[in-house]
Amino acid sequence: MKPAPFVYHRPASLPDALALLERYGAEGRVLAGGQSLVPALNMRLATPGALIDINRIPGLDEIRLGAEGLVLGALARLDAVERSPLVAAHAPLIAQALPHVAHLAVRTRSTVGGGIAHADPAAELPACLVALGGTVRALSRRGSREIGAAEFFRGVCTTALGPGEVLTAVVVPRLAPGWRSRFDELARRHGDYALVALAAHARVADGTLAEARLVLAGVGATPVRAARAEAALAGRRMDAAALDAAARALAEELDPPSDVHASAALRRHLAGVLLRRAVRGLLEA
Amino acid sequence: MSTPPPVHERESYIGQSVVRPQTARLLAGRGVYTDDVRLPRMTHVAFLRSPHAHARIRALDVTAARALPGVVAVVTGEEIARVCDGWVGTLAHFAGMKSAKQFPLALGRATWQGEPVAAVVAETRALAEDGVASVRVEWEPLPAVTDAETALDPATPVIHPELGDNLAFALDVVAGDVARAFAEADLVVRETFLTGRHTGVTLEPRTILADFDPAERRLTVYHSFQAPHMMQDILARHLRLPEHDVRVICKDVGGSFGIKVHIYPDEMATCALAVLLGRPVKFVADRLESFQSDIHARDHRVTAELAVRRDGTFVGMRLDDLTGIGPYSVYPRTSAVEGNQIARLAPGVYKLRDYAAAVRVVLQNKTPMCQYRAVGHPIAFAVMEGMVDLAARELGLDPVEVRRRNLITADMYPCTAPTGYFFERLSHEEALDKILEMSEYARLCEERDRLRARRVYRGLGLCMFIELTTPGPAFYGIGGARISSQDGCTLKLEPTGKVVCLTGVTEQGQGTDTIIAQVVATALGVRLEDVRVLTGDTMVTPYGGGTWASRGAGIGGEAALLSGKALRQGILRVAAAILACEPEDLDLRASRIVDALTGEVRLDLPELGRIAYFRPDTLPKDFQAELAVTRHYVPRHQGFAFTNGVQLSHVEVDVETGFVRLLKHWVVEDCGRIINPRLVDEQLRGAIVQGIGAALWEHCVYDAEGQLLTGTMMDYLVPLAAETPEIVVGHVETPTAYSEGGFKGAGEAGTAGAPGAVLNAVNDALAPLAARVTTQPITPEVVLRALGKLP
Amino acid sequence: MDTTVAIELAVNGTPVGRRVEPRLCLADFLRYDLELTGTHVGCEHGVCGACTVRVDGALVRACLMLAVQADGCRVETIEGVSGTGEVSDLQQAFAEANALQCGFCTPGMLLTAHEILQREPGADPARIRLALSGNYCRCTGYQAIVDAVHRVGGARGRETR
Repeated sequence: MKPAPFVYHRPASLPDALALLERYGAEGRVLAGGQSLVPALNMRLATPGALIDINRIPGLDEIRLGAEGLVLGALARLDAVERSPLVAAHAPLIAQALPHVAHLAVRTRSTVGGGIAHADPAAELPACLVALGGTVRALSRRGSREIGAAEFFRGVCTTALGPGEVLTAVVVPRLAPGWRSRFDELARRHGDYALVALAAHARVADGTLAEARLVLAGVGATPVRAARAEAALAGRRMDAAALDAAARALAEELDPPSDVHASAALRRHLAGVLLRRAVRGLLEA
Repeated sequence: MSTPPPVHERESYIGQSVVRPQTARLLAGRGVYTDDVRLPRMTHVAFLRSPHAHARIRALDVTAARALPGVVAVVTGEEIARVCDGWVGTLAHFAGMKSAKQFPLALGRATWQGEPVAAVVAETRALAEDGVASVRVEWEPLPAVTDAETALDPATPVIHPELGDNLAFALDVVAGDVARAFAEADLVVRETFLTGRHTGVTLEPRTILADFDPAERRLTVYHSFQAPHMMQDILARHLRLPEHDVRVICKDVGGSFGIKVHIYPDEMATCALAVLLGRPVKFVADRLESFQSDIHARDHRVTAELAVRRDGTFVGMRLDDLTGIGPYSVYPRTSAVEGNQIARLAPGVYKLRDYAAAVRVVLQNKTPMCQYRAVGHPIAFAVMEGMVDLAARELGLDPVEVRRRNLITADMYPCTAPTGYFFERLSHEEALDKILEMSEYARLCEERDRLRARRVYRGLGLCMFIELTTPGPAFYGIGGARISSQDGCTLKLEPTGKVVCLTGVTEQGQGTDTIIAQVVATALGVRLEDVRVLTGDTMVTPYGGGTWASRGAGIGGEAALLSGKALRQGILRVAAAILACEPEDLDLRASRIVDALTGEVRLDLPELGRIAYFRPDTLPKDFQAELAVTRHYVPRHQGFAFTNGVQLSHVEVDVETGFVRLLKHWVVEDCGRIINPRLVDEQLRGAIVQGIGAALWEHCVYDAEGQLLTGTMMDYLVPLAAETPEIVVGHVETPTAYSEGGFKGAGEAGTAGAPGAVLNAVNDALAPLAARVTTQPITPEVVLRALGKLP
Repeated sequence: MDTTVAIELAVNGTPVGRRVEPRLCLADFLRYDLELTGTHVGCEHGVCGACTVRVDGALVRACLMLAVQADGCRVETIEGVSGTGEVSDLQQAFAEANALQCGFCTPGMLLTAHEILQREPGADPARIRLALSGNYCRCTGYQAIVDAVHRVGGARGRETR
């Protein structure tokens, strides 16, 4: 279980990295934390001709509160993000989600940029970013652009990043008054990929969820926004009937995959359980 | 120098939780596992493995691979078969058993996904894998036999046409008159239990390093293995080398659990390659290979019927077991043992006399199955104890009371079970009483009932069990396998007064070497720190079976005890010659020769050693010192030394998600005289967690084409710290009277009872919802389906 | 074509310079190039924790990091922390509790346990179980490990008070 041979580059700057990406085209892969890429290399599921290691590019590991919101640099390690008071204060959803991501010795290397760009549909961070209405900053030789999280994830491990483009940061809008977050997931064991995860972000007013953004992981090819369930919740008094209606709406709008870990029916059922728990949690918080 | 105070008591280390001396090395990262051994001109082998469950090899093109830099050789099945003879995994005492001849690398056809097909030897493992990637194979996929239930149907292809059908072995165990018993019963309960395929996942993968010296034609093999002498014998016979020119050395072994006691084609190929190339060849299974090629176990469907009277008395039982074992029965222990043991163990705790069991062992195109920790036990007792709880529920009786009514009681020993097993003396009643008290069972029952009103679903599950330990020759030897049922122990008093101990049993983390040292030190009368134990080298240790089937303490321990006593006599004779008295006047205590009556110190061992080895001229002319002895032991009076115990699992089921949370687990176990309580406790805890893993998480899942879907540690879920419960251990001690030490085994009891306890606990939790589960692993899917929440 | 890369790093305080293939992972580099065989390899896909080491003070999976990435870094292995005595209390507690059997998980377990106690000295057994759940042990059933770590956590707490 050793990787196929590749050449290795460690650019010292973003322009150098972009030049290498252009040079290698489809043969080049960006190496950030490596916690998903290196297993794929070891198993020879990925056999790139060149790795472009961006870990030594200065300035990419920032965790900063700016005018645009909370900026998490591509190389911010999940362990640092998890422990950041800024994240706890301004993106509590992410702070709640990160302890579920694998294990400590993985989170010390795993990066925000890698976690987003890898776009595993069962991963926690992409679901959080979509729920929070975040954006992805990408840079290429053509310039930089911002991509809304909802548009960024295109399919299983497929994103809107184009050839020669590298993710430099994600931006999470500042937490607006009245908004609460709740992250919950069901995994067979602590640290495993979730069978289903729910990133819930909602504005609570008068004992109701005035607005809700519900994004699920593990139930589709990308993080899945549960628009019908959100609509069923919005502004309603949450009695048993309303909860049932929201859970029904969710079950109808989800089309989860079946795999060795869970059938589609199980995932649909568990999503409903998580929805009920999230609603109760958000209202009680 | 002051005179030492008299030494009166001979210190006994038996029953003491001494710290294992070799842990210091392991804790410092200074263990030497097989992959840590590096030899001059060493090469590495990687195998091309079949991507298909069943396929013909139309063409194999190795030219590109041979041309790669760093590649030393690319070898096919036909080339290997020229230096390594094939094997057939059958035993004579399993009447009618059949299996096909197997070779190190597939010949013309692959019969499971992962079967080795070609070998690439290179200067590094990475280069060898580059070579594997360059081998071109033209495959012709053949229909795969994957479902054991239809393996014998006429429409199903026969995997090995020369065998006639896919039936490897069938067994009927019949005792008493089952038909009459069922006719007389008030109630018959019937249930089908499914146990998922699982595997051992030793953290250190299988590893072997073979070094052949063409000048002397001697083969030295470093092997992560449990039975070095067995491997020596098999390598010699199949590679056509004189046995004394084959040496097998087992250094530190990173877990085994019955995985590392079988003959694997890739390991045989590695040794054959060393012979072919005249260079050391190392093979380390990577984790993907481990899942496809380590033996699997437990894939059984058991249907059971229990006939009972209204008062809960069992009157008869029927059991039907079907298992699919892969395309070959594994050499040399065969793949029939698990089914055989399920059939014979299941009723073993109870007074059942009328019993019938049928076992069918069929071939299929999946990874071969064979013996893994607690062979058959976890299935036998999950089924039996599941049936007991089911009967109790149907009759409206207390499950504890139903057990009491049927247990083999203290006054009945010795006795022979209807399935042929002999029980010298077991302690079911005492163990049951103890676990109920230890766990505050009555209080937990009350709490469970109280919480149900709040829709918190907790359950308690008991599982009584027996464990087969200390096997004699009836296990394998009688069937023609050259697997030693005896073990030897050599002890030498060195000139320094220290003791070297060589034993045929082996160490894979259990602490075998520690308990052997404890027995030796006690039998001899020396301090524990004066004993050094060496295991796992066929050139050095006395011939023995190794460590498996919980035989280390019962057999190795007894040999050590006998050897210790013999060396003690030898030492006392020398001391008497030196001191000009009679050996009977002297004693050996705490490494000193003392006056037997007064305890006064007469001589220390370094002085005795000095005289015996360097100044024997000072001793009488007709006296010859003998300071090395070997003694052997084989269980002669019973086929196995059975042990017994009971486990209790406490769980909470989340009936919304189907997730099971383990709250706590108890075990009371009787392994005879305990040599080291802490080591026994830790054997039990580790084994219980292995059983819990099977009950809740572990599963080798295949698709209908025979593709393994759980081939990584992300898909095959082993138990980790967060989900495993606190485990409370209690003991009853019933020594065997057939050996002087009274030791029996303890390695598998935990695994034997844990799945049944968890299964019963989950069903207890689900009882108020009229739901039952009978499938392991008990996944959320299984629970929710039982609750009617999933289709 | 020579695709090897020159790296210089400090391993257990000793400066080391080598040329390595880019595809060589840090675990194999430590084991085969430096013969520091205390770092074990159990899965090569980041799940089992046997290869856990410290790089620039951070706990990492050495099977998921390339040796070239450790260029210029400070790497510490079980051999290093044993030599400095940094984990001697944990080692002693593991021995006394028999918190290891085959010993293959032990180096990674010790490094992880040490990090847990650095971060959360008063961690209770439930927290310790969560934090250790990235380290697989097939032998012990974990309880003795958790007990040993908990005991050391308590003792370290008393010392620093």
